[in-house]
Amino acid sequence: MTVPFSWIRPEPHGIYIAPADAWVDPSRPVSRALVTHGHADHARGGHEATLATPETLAIMELRYQTREGALPVSYGETMRLPGNVQATFIPAGHVLGSAQVLLEHAGERVVITGDYKRRHDPTCPPFEVTGCDVFITEATFGLPLFTHPPIQHEIGKLLDRLAAEPERCVLVGAYALGKAQRVIAELRAAGHNDTIWLHGAMERMCRLYEEHGVPLGDLRLVSDAPSKDALRGHVAICPPSALNDRWSRRLPDPVTAMASGWMMVRQRARQRGVELPLVISDHADWHELTTTIAEVNPSETWITHGREDALLRWCELHQRKAHALALVGYEDEDD
Amino acid sequence: MERFAALLDALVYTISRNRKLALIADYLRETPDPDRGWALAALTGGLDFPAVKSGTVRALMMERIDPVLWTLSRDFVGDTAETASLLWPAPAQAPAPPSVSEAVALLSAMTRKSVAAELAALLDRLDATGRFALLKLATGGMRIGVSSRLAKTAFAQAFAVDVEQVEEYWHGLAPPYPELFAWAAHGAPPPDIDNLPTFRPFMLAHPLEDGTVDLADYAAEWKWDGIRVQLVRAGEQTRIYSRSGDDISATFPELLDALPFPAVLDGELLVRGAHQGGKTGGAASFNALQQRLGRKTVSKAMLAEFPAFVRLYDALIVEGTDLRSLGWAKRRAALEALIPRLPGTRFDLSEVVEARDFDHLAEIRAGARDEAIEGLMLKRRDSPYIAGRKVGLWYKWKRDPLLVDCVLMYAQRGSGKRSSFYSDYTFGCWDGDPDNGAELLPVGKAYSGFTDEELKRLDRLVRQTTVNRFGPVREVERTLVFEVAFDSVHESKRHKSGLAMRFPRIHRIRWDKPVHEADRIEALRALIHQSDRPD
Repeated sequence: MTVPFSWIRPEPHGIYIAPADAWVDPSRPVSRALVTHGHADHARGGHEATLATPETLAIMELRYQTREGALPVSYGETMRLPGNVQATFIPAGHVLGSAQVLLEHAGERVVITGDYKRRHDPTCPPFEVTGCDVFITEATFGLPLFTHPPIQHEIGKLLDRLAAEPERCVLVGAYALGKAQRVIAELRAAGHNDTIWLHGAMERMCRLYEEHGVPLGDLRLVSDAPSKDALRGHVAICPPSALNDRWSRRLPDPVTAMASGWMMVRQRARQRGVELPLVISDHADWHELTTTIAEVNPSETWITHGREDALLRWCELHQRKAHALALVGYEDEDD
Repeated sequence: MERFAALLDALVYTISRNRKLALIADYLRETPDPDRGWALAALTGGLDFPAVKSGTVRALMMERIDPVLWTLSRDFVGDTAETASLLWPAPAQAPAPPSVSEAVALLSAMTRKSVAAELAALLDRLDATGRFALLKLATGGMRIGVSSRLAKTAFAQAFAVDVEQVEEYWHGLAPPYPELFAWAAHGAPPPDIDNLPTFRPFMLAHPLEDGTVDLADYAAEWKWDGIRVQLVRAGEQTRIYSRSGDDISATFPELLDALPFPAVLDGELLVRGAHQGGKTGGAASFNALQQRLGRKTVSKAMLAEFPAFVRLYDALIVEGTDLRSLGWAKRRAALEALIPRLPGTRFDLSEVVEARDFDHLAEIRAGARDEAIEGLMLKRRDSPYIAGRKVGLWYKWKRDPLLVDCVLMYAQRGSGKRSSFYSDYTFGCWDGDPDNGAELLPVGKAYSGFTDEELKRLDRLVRQTTVNRFGPVREVERTLVFEVAFDSVHESKRHKSGLAMRFPRIHRIRWDKPVHEADRIEALRALIHQSDRPD
């Protein structure tokens, strides 16, 4: 018998499935890529063949202007890859189209989570716990201090601030893919039906979400606003990089908000000049990470991108076999 | 405690100074005594609980969480109080937060033995925001962007009183400042501070800019290059205060028994040397004085090598008589009359500079670079001693600045209304012939001296010519020359160039000048005064 799990190995530029000559979330062009979701650190262009959910492929097409080699795989559908490898895409609850990848070969099951969360998200189906031998988990918020509050609480903070300072606008820095649409959808769910103003970089992704059945209500571009006054008392959303940029000068004295799991830490928020921190993350917090490992109950846990050390320590304290993978290029400073 | 915790949280995330003032003022108006007094003490760094330190908190956490996980978390957050507030295990019972005064009473009563159990019980009564506020209040070092002065200004704003008066009473009072609130909030008579060695706010000067004054109305004095201090003796105690009102008595123990009678005197603290005011009885350069600054304890060698003295400018109060309402000339006469009663080793008089007219004074000033480093003070002969900066009474007439051409190297974003602009500039001079492979070494940093229009243009240049990013700092292509003005330049081990400027600011932006025509390090070095070099 061969060495267990020797058919799958972490390389600096992705996880390599040797018998299928395929890569999961490779950070450089390859012949066959399995892509968990559309964020740029996971979905690169230029592969000869790309297996991903239809939503993820649509996002990649929007970003890279090409569908070449796109092979859509629906949630729950099993694909046969060369070398007797089977791949199944399972909801990860991270963003629209996000998936875990279940790989089966020689009687061994490996789940690669990509990025995931366990909280409710109106823009994508929830994470499904899938039993396996090796569980390869992300660890972006892998420190015990990260406890993401209920999103309704954070949305409430945003709406309270809007009401308290009606002469200003609240400018929310949020990832253009996923976070922005989730914040908008949750604002709508909380009964906020006013126009929400967008930075130009948000527009096409929001439209894509709507085409995939996620209604976002009345959205308009800041650049189309008739005057600064039209934005007073309104929510505007931009990518985090635009928060303190020249772009924001066109807004009426904006309250600088940021929707990110990092906002849990006061000095992080201060460093970015954030006045209204909204602890909203599309990643699993510490409790979600540890309970997911316990529920999946794998014989081995491999930990990647994030604060591997602490999650590794938790596995050690709970007598779970685990090790950290040294993959490059996955870091989520803005989530 | 909830209201105080909410205040701290809001302050952490507020950038605008005016909004910070409004937040604190609202809190002080709406919170009952003595809670607001304790809160004010916390904001001004006036609380100390000997049994509760950062180490105590760490030890408490280590009993509750795996030490490895604690250390990883603490490293990530960078603040013990905040890490602990986030990681404290949520208690089973509902929070029952104490008032600020109850928390202060409990913290004060804690001993090294009892702190582990008692602090834990207190933390169990609070939510995460409350725990953060409690631990900040207990261990000091708020790091929330509020200075002691800002908190006092907010107090003054809250009750529409004069902040300088607040400063005047402040040092005679102890938390939770009942007399201060009684006076400001409820119209009670002001606190009695006559027998306490408290700080009286300084009278300050405006820059003269391009105007002239009539010497019949104004007297001229040298502006010495030391640190402005106030020496106060009352109730058998002497204190030395810096310009900001900080008590620096411990740094200069040799002056504490030098004042033989109750008084409040204004002067320049200097150390002995030949650089300022003559070879005998003169003062050393600011660089020498710097050896003495910021020390909590002073060695005998330090006292012998850099003995401190005060060159007196003014007398505010002498033996119970408040002279501040008198004109400068009368106070000056009173001050001169005091000199024979003061030990010459520790005090001398800042001489009045006699000149025929303003032009003559300008000549004296122009020739005085070596003697009086900072320039001249012009004091209206009939002006009372008034706290703060009142137009027309005192002027500082600094000597013309030194100028050097430097090349822009790095830029960083500003804060407040400049937060989206690259407005802080680091510039350098050539370490040799720029046409022969010389490199630029940073010599200073400036963020003033340009107009809003120029700032926009500079911001655009930085964005367009960025070659490297280091966190918030952008390195730019070497394309722009600044004419930099500064008061003096000194040797410094802190900078690679070995030089440090005092008060550098952008004098002119030389859009026209090629960078290889900027100055060399040696040109800047030549501006160090000979006697200014450390021996």
